Order: sequence, then C-alpha cells, then structure tokens
Amino acid sequence: MKTCKEVHRLVIEGQDRQLSRMERISVRIHLMMCGACRRFEAQMGFLRQALRRFPGD
Amino acid sequence: MNGANSTGDAVRDPAFETELQHLRPTLLRFALLHLRDEQSAEDVVQDTFLAALQGRGKFAGRAQLKTWLVAILRNKIVDRIRQRGREAPLPGLDEDEGDADAFDALFAADGHWQEKPAAWGNPEASLQQSRFYDVLELCMKALPENLCRVFTMREILEMETEEICKELQISTSNCWVVLYRARMRLRECLQLRWFGEGVPAE
Repeated sequence: MKTCKEVHRLVIEGQDRQLSRMERISVRIHLMMCGACRRFEAQMGFLRQALRRFPGD
Repeated sequence: MNGANSTGDAVRDPAFETELQHLRPTLLRFALLHLRDEQSAEDVVQDTFLAALQGRGKFAGRAQLKTWLVAILRNKIVDRIRQRGREAPLPGLDEDEGDADAFDALFAADGHWQEKPAAWGNPEASLQQSRFYDVLELCMKALPENLCRVFTMREILEMETEEICKELQISTSNCWVVLYRARMRLRECLQLRWFGEGVPAE
C-alpha cells in the first residue's frame, strides 16, 4: 500500500512520463480511498488545462 | 506597387492590421515569457504577423484571432528555442537542482499530508476570468528562470520531456525534478494568490 507522499510523487511524475502499469494501478487504488490525494490530482489536471489555455481567449 | 516581397500579401487589409497591432503587446509578453530576450521576442512576433498576413485566408474567423495568433506564435517560439538550445544550454541547471526531497515538508513522517490539498472548485469558473491568467503569469514569472524555462517549454509549448532534455542538454531525471519543483511552486502560488482569496464559486 502506497503512502500519500509516494502517490503524490507518482501523480506529479505522471504529468511528464508514462507511469508503469503497476504504478498506475497503485495510484488508482489509493485515489479511490483518499480524498486529499484526489484533490491534489485534480489540482495537477487543472494546472495543465490552465496552461494550455494561457494567455486566455 | 505595394512593396510586397513575399507571396500572399498583395491585398492590404488595414482593419486586420489594426487588429494585429492591438494584440501585439499580449503576444510580445507571451514571447518574452518564453524567450526572455526582447529582440528574440520582437522577431518571433514579427514572424507571426507575417505568417498571419499571408495566411489570412486560412483564418476566416473560425477561431478567436488571438487564439489563432498564439498558436502560430507558439510554433515560432519552439523553432527559435530549437535553434537556440543547441547553441546555448540552460545555465545554472545542475545537480543542486536534484534535491527532490525539498517538498518533504508537505508530508508527515508516516507519509500522510501535513496540510491536505484544498479543493479548487470548478476550474471553468477560473479559466473564464482574464484576471486568472494575469495571476498565472505572475506565478510563472516568480519561478526561478531555469524552472520557468523548462516548465513553460513543457506545458505551454507542449514539447515532450525527452526533447526538452535534449535541447537543454540536461539529464532526464534532472528534467523531471525541475518540472516537479515548478509544478509544486506554481500550485503553491495559485493557492496563495488566487484560490486563497476570491475562490470562484463551485
């Protein structure tokens, strides 16, 4: 079972490299159970979305 | 005789040129964020205008003019970085950036969050406000230059990590660490300067 710290690291690395299958599965399982990490993942997704739209319409 | 030395600009279009002029400061700022050099920024914006005047027919109002110009500009900037990267590797990016545990403070010894991440609400609400992009730009500029450069290449210019490492002649693991740090700092800055105060309603 991965800790929040480990999952946070994988979530952030997943923005820049393809995670392995095992990594992806362990992240998924953790996120199902952890609201804090889910919010962190959402923040990373938001960042990407915002930067793709920068400097706005 | 209109002094045209390239194809496609035989017909002058003052209204269009005025619109371009109007967007010039925004484009310059965007270019400067990536290139950090006024002359290069001027050059790529000029190239973008030339391409826009030549490709006027292709535009035909399908997208917002600004969105279309930024897309062209982005390509010009990537080309410029590719030329430049081989000449001048990124300064000051070495092993001391490899301190990946700088964010240990976020977590307790048992690996749990010290302070749980906040909910950022409905992202669309933020993304539709122009003031949000000002804050985002401010936060990017607050990053140390090397972090900002790698990060904007990755996220705004949408270059692949592999290529960024190659262009800047840094190791892949170093590249990841830099991106990691940039993301964490940006997150912190947005939390503080945007979501911390007037969080848009969900």
